Amino acid sequence: MNLLGVKAIYMAEMSRFFRTVLQSFVSPVISTSLYFVVFGSAIGSRIDQVEGVSYGAFIVPGLIMLTVMTQGLANASFGIYFPKFTGTIYEHLSAPVNFLEMVLGYVGAAATKALFIGLIILATATFFVEVQIQHPLAMLAFLILTCTSFALFGFIIGIWAQNFEQLQLIPLLIVTPLVFLGGSFYSVSMLPPFWQTVTHFNPVLYLISGFRWSFYGLADVPVAMSLAAIALFTAICLAVIWWIFRTGWRLRD
Amino acid sequence: MAFIKIDGLRKVYDGGFEALKGVDLEIEEGEILALLGPNGAGKTTLISTICGMTTPTAGSVTVGGHDIIRDWRAARSLIGLVPQEINIEPFTEVRRAVAFSRGLFGLKRNDAHVDDVLRRLSLTDKADSKIMQLSGGMKRRVLIAKALAHEPRVLFLDEPTAGVDVELRKSMWETVAELKKQGVTIILTTHYIEEAEAIADRIAVINKGEILLVERKDALMKRLGRKRLVVELQHKADALPDSLVRDGLALSEDGLSITYDYDTQAERTGITRLLQDLSGAGLTLRDLQTRQSSLEDIFVGLVAEQEQEGAA
Ligand SMILES: Nc1ncnc2c1ncn2[C@@H]1O[C@H](COP(=O)(O)OP(=O)(O)OP(=O)(O)O)[C@@H](O)[C@H]1O
Ligand SMILES: [Mg+2]
Repeated sequence: MNLLGVKAIYMAEMSRFFRTVLQSFVSPVISTSLYFVVFGSAIGSRIDQVEGVSYGAFIVPGLIMLTVMTQGLANASFGIYFPKFTGTIYEHLSAPVNFLEMVLGYVGAAATKALFIGLIILATATFFVEVQIQHPLAMLAFLILTCTSFALFGFIIGIWAQNFEQLQLIPLLIVTPLVFLGGSFYSVSMLPPFWQTVTHFNPVLYLISGFRWSFYGLADVPVAMSLAAIALFTAICLAVIWWIFRTGWRLRD
Repeated sequence: MAFIKIDGLRKVYDGGFEALKGVDLEIEEGEILALLGPNGAGKTTLISTICGMTTPTAGSVTVGGHDIIRDWRAARSLIGLVPQEINIEPFTEVRRAVAFSRGLFGLKRNDAHVDDVLRRLSLTDKADSKIMQLSGGMKRRVLIAKALAHEPRVLFLDEPTAGVDVELRKSMWETVAELKKQGVTIILTTHYIEEAEAIADRIAVINKGEILLVERKDALMKRLGRKRLVVELQHKADALPDSLVRDGLALSEDGLSITYDYDTQAERTGITRLLQDLSGAGLTLRDLQTRQSSLEDIFVGLVAEQEQEGAA
């Protein structure tokens, strides 16, 4: 195992992150604050409470999930797409690093960044609403798993993409809608029965539901099912990445 | 035992194009091999395959006794690669980029080594500059520095001096010579024949995915050390007068010129004698010229020969 190689990739990715610290940290804080102003104050004043939790506090887990998913995905997909685009990937392909080490470096860094941002948003949220965390360990576990699995998914997109448009395509067309429709800002029980059924086919629902449970003990689906869903998603992503490196798909001629 | 052993290496790209048609090549430890060939000959493909960016279709390669597929980690650890294109992340600083390459190859941080590499490539002044602030020639040197960061035993240089000025080219040759002294095996591709002449121990010529010739440079140079004197005659001669017959001399078919091949390095070239004998034989000369064949001639000749065979 080339651990120093993993470290080199990880640190290089992290330093890129800190180089653009404003973009990396400040913008999620600002956008979260805006969400609280718009959703929490404007809409929240009409919705009042969801299952005994104030609406402002209710959306905190969904908001964190929304940001963490999009950030993990974007960071990882860009992280691996960039060296492909500039051609510097030759160095990784000719170095003694295997697929697992590449994944640990790139996905590890992307997940770390997403995790940071998630925690920053959580901290920001406490300024606006009263946040309660009933199961802190489960909360952290869900957060880390989500960061990791979406970073894995982003890694696949970054390898698949052959131009910048494709790089944006999947996040825009699939992930963002799924995340918004997965109950980030509402409880599924608030929907009409038909849409409730449809929503249950949305994998993101399971992640948000589990995460929200760790805060307020409220869940749209059983927690075990949430865990199973996220484990399944992670496993599928890992299998795809393993296959990519075995065949060299979109990496080696 | 050759340090790099290439055996029946074939590469067929996805589109079905066969870029390497069964390459066999052995490279000794510590030698400098220059790979010459026209555009599209397969030089970069050969290097990419050995280094792991391209998967071989058939055949095998070992580096330092390690198979590049089965024992890829050990094989790659020995190799440093300087690619043909300047592929380098623009936003990083020079020292950081070089240190990164070392880490990627699994070696412990070693600032002294990194500084030494930077110094050898005259990059010390630029160590803290961002790559995008460098000139093209400097970027190429950063690529070399990155390749040397992990102390490779073999260095592949894919056209290291393309677009590099004369002075810098000379200094790169010195760097290469210094590496050779440390026992590093070097394979370089180039379009400059004088570059191959200046630094290579052996020269391989490749065209259309096939190696046409591999020969020691001194043997080649010996061939090149020969010169040809062409004497054009005023009047057609039917046969060579007996007084003129000697090694290396021939009458052309049309009887209008005499060619004489001689060794410029020899103590006596025999030219004075020949000229005396020519006038003694009563031949009137119309013109004289001498011509030295170059590596380029051999190279062009080989490639043209292959082209003709292909056409036939
Ligand atoms: N990824 C690829 N897919 C398909 N064909 C390729 C690919 N890369 C190279 N080739 C083809 O393989 C042949 C050899 O290319 P290669 O880059 O090895 O040549 P080269 O000897 O390095 O040339 P140059 O001196 O121009 O650098 C060319 O005909 C090229 O078009
Ligand atoms: Mg080339």
